Amino acid sequence: MSVKIGIPKTLSYYVYYPLWKKFFTELGAEVVVSDNTSRPIIDAGVKETVNDACVPIKLFHGHSLDLKDKADYFFIPRLVSVDGEHIYCPKFLGLPDMVKNTLKDLPEILAPRIDLRKGKLELIKVVYKIGSVLTKNPLKIYSAFKKAKAYFKRFNSLLSEGHTAVEAIDVLEGNEERKDFDSQEQERDLKIAVLGYPYIIYDPYVSVNMIQKLRDLNVEVVTADMLTDEELTAQSHKLFKEPFWTFSDQVVKAGYHYYQEGEIDGLIHVTAFGCGPDFMVGKLLNLGAEVEDDISFITLTIDEHTGEAGIVTRLEAFIDMLRLRRKRA
Amino acid sequence: MKITFPYMGTSNIVFKSIMEQLGHEVVVHKPSDRTLDLGTEYSPEFACIPFKILLGTFIEGLQDGADLIVTSGGKGPCRAGHYGQIQTDILEGLGYEFDMVIFEAITDSFKDFFGNIRKIAGPGPSWWSIFKLIKKEWNRLKALDDIERLSHKVRPRELERRATTKAFEEAQEIIAAAETEEEIEKAKEKGIELLKSVPQNEDYEPLKIGIIGEIYVVLEPFANFELEETLGEMGVEVDRSIYLTGWTKEHSFFSLHSEDKVEKAAEPYLDQLIGGHGQESVGNTVLYAENGFDGVIQLAPFTCIPEIVAKSILPKVSRDKDIPFLTIFIDEKTGKAGVSTRLEAFVDLLIQKRDKAREKIS
Repeated sequence: MSVKIGIPKTLSYYVYYPLWKKFFTELGAEVVVSDNTSRPIIDAGVKETVNDACVPIKLFHGHSLDLKDKADYFFIPRLVSVDGEHIYCPKFLGLPDMVKNTLKDLPEILAPRIDLRKGKLELIKVVYKIGSVLTKNPLKIYSAFKKAKAYFKRFNSLLSEGHTAVEAIDVLEGNEERKDFDSQEQERDLKIAVLGYPYIIYDPYVSVNMIQKLRDLNVEVVTADMLTDEELTAQSHKLFKEPFWTFSDQVVKAGYHYYQEGEIDGLIHVTAFGCGPDFMVGKLLNLGAEVEDDISFITLTIDEHTGEAGIVTRLEAFIDMLRLRRKRA
Repeated sequence: MKITFPYMGTSNIVFKSIMEQLGHEVVVHKPSDRTLDLGTEYSPEFACIPFKILLGTFIEGLQDGADLIVTSGGKGPCRAGHYGQIQTDILEGLGYEFDMVIFEAITDSFKDFFGNIRKIAGPGPSWWSIFKLIKKEWNRLKALDDIERLSHKVRPRELERRATTKAFEEAQEIIAAAETEEEIEKAKEKGIELLKSVPQNEDYEPLKIGIIGEIYVVLEPFANFELEETLGEMGVEVDRSIYLTGWTKEHSFFSLHSEDKVEKAAEPYLDQLIGGHGQESVGNTVLYAENGFDGVIQLAPFTCIPEIVAKSILPKVSRDKDIPFLTIFIDEKTGKAGVSTRLEAFVDLLIQKRDKAREKIS
């Protein structure tokens, strides 16, 4: 029987899952994930978590509970910094401690600290530390990591083509055909940037499947993942001080990029109720939109009570407004 | 120039004194409901309450003709490090004309730090005189913190209600009026004497509660509904885990060595610096428990993630170390009556717990 490593299907799942999955399977382990986000998972999380926490934290607890009897180990890396400059939101920094101290009867938690501010060598050390749970052979570990990195690269290139994280994972695992976004471009008359943290915009339940809904409304959707690092870095000079947090920095710069290019008709900022960093991200995006005459900006806030109908109504109203404006112009 | 700055507890006395000695006029009001209303009106919804009070303070200062705002920065993960920039954007959007000087840690950029000091001091004073001024005012800050610490011990034992608060206020005025280092020293002695001469019940054994949480809501009585005074008058001795003299040392001058007792205490529960005072909140709870405190109160602004992380870990600490804790999340809609009721209930619970423990012993 191979070792079962559990990864909750939320937060960094939508960013790093393919990397970890390939890495662990190459080393002979089985990777298990929790079920898709659902009402019972959210409710279970809400019940266990401090009431003041944001939805993503509550969700993570819910997913952990769903997974706890299915895995031998939990893999909850402590994400501190991956580029040596930006850090993750404080919830990522304290995530393993929160889960460990809140939930009972969990499997052993593997929580390597990923803090590459200390230098490149740190990555090699961390990878060995994670792999050493399964094998003590460093060669095996590094060859597995190399394969995982190649796999992860494919995941990211699927994202940059316009796939959502869920679609990209499906394509990688052979459950879905690769989509051809270029051929559909002509028929779509509106272009909208959907910006928000990956665990919100890519989680079909949390975002009430917003991206697919927009596509169904004949809208071309662009995301922060469709931009290259260079394109994002090129926006740095517009910020007096870069946001400290990895995802927030990405969202703000992506927004600035799309404003500058001027190809989008609207920008939707999707945020979670009570999100600390987002009040600033939202404000910066909002201020950026104010000087653009032909780009509209809307913030959609979701929380554990968000109903599909409410969000869909607002989306449709937003799209209608953009189409009306275009007709008048 | 006319200067305004964040108003936070007794520290305003020191900042005011520095600015006035550098030849500036100071306009800063103690935060009031109006301050908070103004701040809330122009802040994004999910900004924390310190952001809103600060913004309100700045608006009031600007309305009174201030043309320079002096505030602090930071490098995360706490979002307060971005406040200066965002507040500049908001205030400029409202049509105010002003300059803002944001102090970052000296370890970030030596040049900026001293450049900012020079900007405020103007070209006149020599570095030596600025250094002497800061040293003197640092002593004033320490004197104020010492007096405040003492007031927390005296208040629960006072025989006449509000006698301590009156003595404390008088002591603040004396320290504020002192001009030289010797005078500050003398003023401090005088202040200590004033507090000690408050008639007290020497035999009374008060409950001891530690205060932890986010720095602004812990330090500014307006933000925490005069929590320390309220508890003191209920007969509780409070100990605050944060004083500005301690924080400034860690964050601007000597942040290079980080061997820290609090961090060590937090390690088994939260082995990571998470920004703000999150890790300190956990570490201090452990230390309070080990030092025989009866309970801990955590003060935090609504949507403050570091404190949310801390709060989700505290129940475990509380069980392991047998120390009850109460968390109060504060936003612009929190009311004093609600907070008082919760405090009374918490104190009642602690008294019962203590009585029970004593029954067992006797």
